[in-house]
Amino acid sequence: MNTQSKDQTIVLEVKRGVGEGPSALQQYELPAEAAASLLDGLRWVREHLDDTLAVRYSCISANACKECMMLLDGKVVYACVARMTPGATHQVEPLANKARVRDLISEIAPVKERFERKEGTHE
Amino acid sequence: MTAEHALSRETDVLVIGAGGAGMSAALAASQAGSRVIMTDRSLVGRGGATIMAQMTVAVALGEQTPDDWRHHYADTLKAGRGLCSEPLARLLCENGVDAIRQLDSWGVGWARADDHLAQVHAPGHDRPRCVYVDYLNTGPAVAKTLRTQVAQNGEIERYGDLLIVELLVEQGRVYGAVALHLTSGKPVVIRAKSVIIATGGLTRLYRRNSASLNMGGDGYALALRAGARLIDMEFVQFFPIGHLAPRLVGFDPIMWDPFRYKLGGRLLNGNGEEFVEKYGHAGEAQGYTITRDAATYAILKEVEAGRGSPAGGAYLSFQHVPEATLRKAFGPIIDKLAANGIDLTKAPIEVAPIAHYHMGGIRVEVDMSTDLPGLYAAGEAVGGANGANRLSGNAITEAVAFGMQAGRSAAARAVDAAQLDEDQAFALAAPVLSRLAAAPQADRSINVAALITRLQALMHDHVGPFRTEEGLQHALSELQALKAELGDALPGDGGPQDPVRLDALDLHNMLLVAEAVTRSALSRRESRGAHQRDDFPGMDDAWTLNQTLAFRNGQWRLESQQVQHLETPVDVPATDSTAYQSQA
Repeated sequence: MNTQSKDQTIVLEVKRGVGEGPSALQQYELPAEAAASLLDGLRWVREHLDDTLAVRYSCISANACKECMMLLDGKVVYACVARMTPGATHQVEPLANKARVRDLISEIAPVKERFERKEGTHE
Repeated sequence: MTAEHALSRETDVLVIGAGGAGMSAALAASQAGSRVIMTDRSLVGRGGATIMAQMTVAVALGEQTPDDWRHHYADTLKAGRGLCSEPLARLLCENGVDAIRQLDSWGVGWARADDHLAQVHAPGHDRPRCVYVDYLNTGPAVAKTLRTQVAQNGEIERYGDLLIVELLVEQGRVYGAVALHLTSGKPVVIRAKSVIIATGGLTRLYRRNSASLNMGGDGYALALRAGARLIDMEFVQFFPIGHLAPRLVGFDPIMWDPFRYKLGGRLLNGNGEEFVEKYGHAGEAQGYTITRDAATYAILKEVEAGRGSPAGGAYLSFQHVPEATLRKAFGPIIDKLAANGIDLTKAPIEVAPIAHYHMGGIRVEVDMSTDLPGLYAAGEAVGGANGANRLSGNAITEAVAFGMQAGRSAAARAVDAAQLDEDQAFALAAPVLSRLAAAPQADRSINVAALITRLQALMHDHVGPFRTEEGLQHALSELQALKAELGDALPGDGGPQDPVRLDALDLHNMLLVAEAVTRSALSRRESRGAHQRDDFPGMDDAWTLNQTLAFRNGQWRLESQQVQHLETPVDVPATDSTAYQSQA
């Protein structure tokens, strides 16, 4: 990697954890060309560095499904339209006002569309 | 985890998938008196392909110009290159009229002009026939309208984040399904008298695609493993002018189609020359008339000949269109493009074919029943209506019309079909439950997400728009290699939203379905519509038949059948050409 492209490296500092359990920050370094958008970058991380990183999205880049909401540097964004700055370190976290399921995935389904666990267990 | 921890549900009709077809099916089944559970692996009404539709919905409403469903039917058969099931194509075109009017009455907001619904003239149609919602908002509007109807219905149980893993089958009959509740990681056994697969297509098998993450062919895999037959699996539609460069964020790659409908545009090769005429099609000056299979072929042949655009596709230019005209047609979209550094008056963009839709799918009768009692399919999951190539605009019409039919049929069966009791269902589910409960592997060397990427590259390069015996054989052996690398056991911790386990479940399905496509493509030694064999160019009349495929006891069974014709052919009315050509 030459100096110029090293300077262009994007660093994602991702807040990770499951449910109400402990959180940890994990850093991923990406080449600038891997991430025009935050979602590009997270998908690149999953394919190249760490497939255990949980991210939710459906439509990939059309900004139609509205599932990829998360916090980027403290602001609520759709990951598919949030642009990355080459050379920058970005903080990435799950939504602050929704229950965390895992890593960047929050419980965003309307209440009536959630499958409740408590009923109907087979005994 | 043991079976005792699995959750249990019971209903009349289980609808798998909550896109346009699934929501239409759920509504129809509920209206017919059935209790309905509708599930989606993502969010209800958001995760499917419907919400991604940019513009056209083809249906013979006769609002823009006189029309009749039989003209639409004739165009659909013609586009299908001789392979459409006539009963299914008829259902699409005839029932589509009421289905799309129904959406209108529910307030979807089809664009209007001069006191009638506006209809545009899409390639392959003989007249303006496609309704739409501005701007590029057709899919979101259809999805929202159906979501609202489902919510207002009040009776339909609907669950997001519930992935159907396997159908419950005994002696060839379907009795429900086993699901994985992604939010908790818990399995769920759902008993149902009728099950409708409405999971969409398989475009995720390809590196460049226009569809959602969820279009990995799950429904085809569920049907195959249950013992149902698939049909026409070799016919994967590539959308010719998917966005290629420069990088755009926040747009669907099929977005340029509406621009073509409204503004024409010029397709140019890397040398800036028009080229579709060289391949025997009307030139770009005649308007946007070239069908998807033909345009895909022409673009890729230019690239192959070294006349591609820099990024490996073709140029699409709107430089001849005045800015005021662009603004009138696409107002806010022009500003979004400017934010991406794109000014259509100054430079062309680059486009290339991307996987878009699957003509093939689960084989059904005209009532949407499959070979297995209790199992139905709807929407893109169904094969046969569109033959070897789908007309622009037929997908949403198919989703709603087939969905409503499947819902009615499934409800009718549920009236007196037997339901398993809970113990019977859990006994049937036991192998799946133990598979989901398997202990996590401690050291894992494979990255499953990377394996999926490898599968997508393999399919794109060897089972894509151009195919050869050698490439298809290579694909078959690589699919086996990928299967071996993935292994049988499910990796991941199996906890809430475990992405590794989800990828592995998906990849198992994708590999099975990829093999179905590859085997069908290998067998068809001719070129027709979306299936182009470099080693067998041109259509061969002897191949005017449909291939069907089953997977039983680990063996593939490929067969062929005569194309389904109606007992009484549709009497297509003579076209009164003066009635519409002046407006076309």
